[in-house]
Amino acid sequence: MHYYEEDDLERFGDIGKHRPDLFEKFMAWYEAVQQDGALSRREKALIGLAVAHALQCPYCIDAYAKACLEAGSNMEQMTEAIHMASAIRGGATLIHGVQAHNAVNKVSM
Amino acid sequence: MRSREVNLPVLAIKDFDETLAAHGLGELRAARPTTLQINVGKLCNQACKHCHVDAGPNRTESMSRETAEQVLDAVRRFHIATVDITGGAPELNPNFEHLVTESRRAGAHVMVRHNLTVQFVEGKQHLREFFRDHRVEVIASLPYFLAQQTDAQRGAGVFDKSITALRRLNECGYGMEGTGLLLNLVYNPVGAFLPPNQESIERDFKHEMRARYDIAFNRLYTITNMPISRFLDYLRRSGNYERYMQKLIAGFNPATVSGLMCRDLISVGWDGRLFDCDFNQMIELRLADGAPRTIKDFDPAALAGRRINTASHCYGCTAGAGSSCGGATAG
Repeated sequence: MHYYEEDDLERFGDIGKHRPDLFEKFMAWYEAVQQDGALSRREKALIGLAVAHALQCPYCIDAYAKACLEAGSNMEQMTEAIHMASAIRGGATLIHGVQAHNAVNKVSM
Repeated sequence: MRSREVNLPVLAIKDFDETLAAHGLGELRAARPTTLQINVGKLCNQACKHCHVDAGPNRTESMSRETAEQVLDAVRRFHIATVDITGGAPELNPNFEHLVTESRRAGAHVMVRHNLTVQFVEGKQHLREFFRDHRVEVIASLPYFLAQQTDAQRGAGVFDKSITALRRLNECGYGMEGTGLLLNLVYNPVGAFLPPNQESIERDFKHEMRARYDIAFNRLYTITNMPISRFLDYLRRSGNYERYMQKLIAGFNPATVSGLMCRDLISVGWDGRLFDCDFNQMIELRLADGAPRTIKDFDPAALAGRRINTASHCYGCTAGAGSSCGGATAG
């Protein structure tokens, strides 16, 4: 037993057992977001995969890795998307170094 | 992996006909067949991991000259519009060229399901000119525009040979504008997942095949892997069977039903037996009682209106955008 169970991904709908009105609104929006638009489904699935890694959500990683395959992406493209998420996370950490510098400068002579 | 598979509950698959009924659709009935899909045998120079025929170099099932003549009698007598020749690698059957030549002489449109690498088999180097001279529509398997995925499904070295074979077909005029020589590619997922949207992946393939290899083609057909034969073995071995079936069943799309290929196609086995489709042929699911059983007794009028026999693999043709030998069946 561990906190994340693979089968629980398919139980997402259980969330709608309480306040189904809110869940239905969420799902309608969620599904609309996935459709082809100015960005293709394939591009959106790659964004989903990158965000899933940034959030480190195992359900989302599972779902969007498969969504990327089913949208026709390959491992090179998926890996580049994951690197994008990692790079921005890394950059976001590093840029906060300026905050640290500011804090140090403020109390330093 | 093994213990996990053993511990999975047995999947209860809802009967396909019941699913049709639950969506307000009647039982599947065939129209008068306009396409004869002829499976000339299981011999192949490849042994692809997703093959629903279990075809390979050691298979010996092969259509005889006598059966081939019975097929041609049917093509001539009933003015069959389309003859779709498959296998195995159909070109390895000794009667293959006779079937093509005589079907064309009878006025049929002929399409061949071509694995590309058979062009490298001893004595088969002339195939591309043969196809061109008989105006055959070539339907060639290429699951992806990269070597890694293609070789993972079809065998080491298949991708490089396939690219060379496609270039040679282009040189013959296949896939080139204005020639009328049709070169269509087939995408099968390299694993336990559904194909992408056909138009979208066709766009990607056209761009990538042109940019990377300077290859042109006409259409790309997306075909779902059927949970039978060698692909079923893979699903079970890899622990993916239950999830794949659940995906197919959950993806049932009523809009695909009117375009199912079994409605206007008859599948002929290497031994002359008739089936509703090539998949039913492979699992020996015979035609409904009362319908002609072999190509000797072929009669489109007697086959029209017959009830199509279904099983759980039929969910493969109705999931998502649908699947047929001509690709997706619903937008």
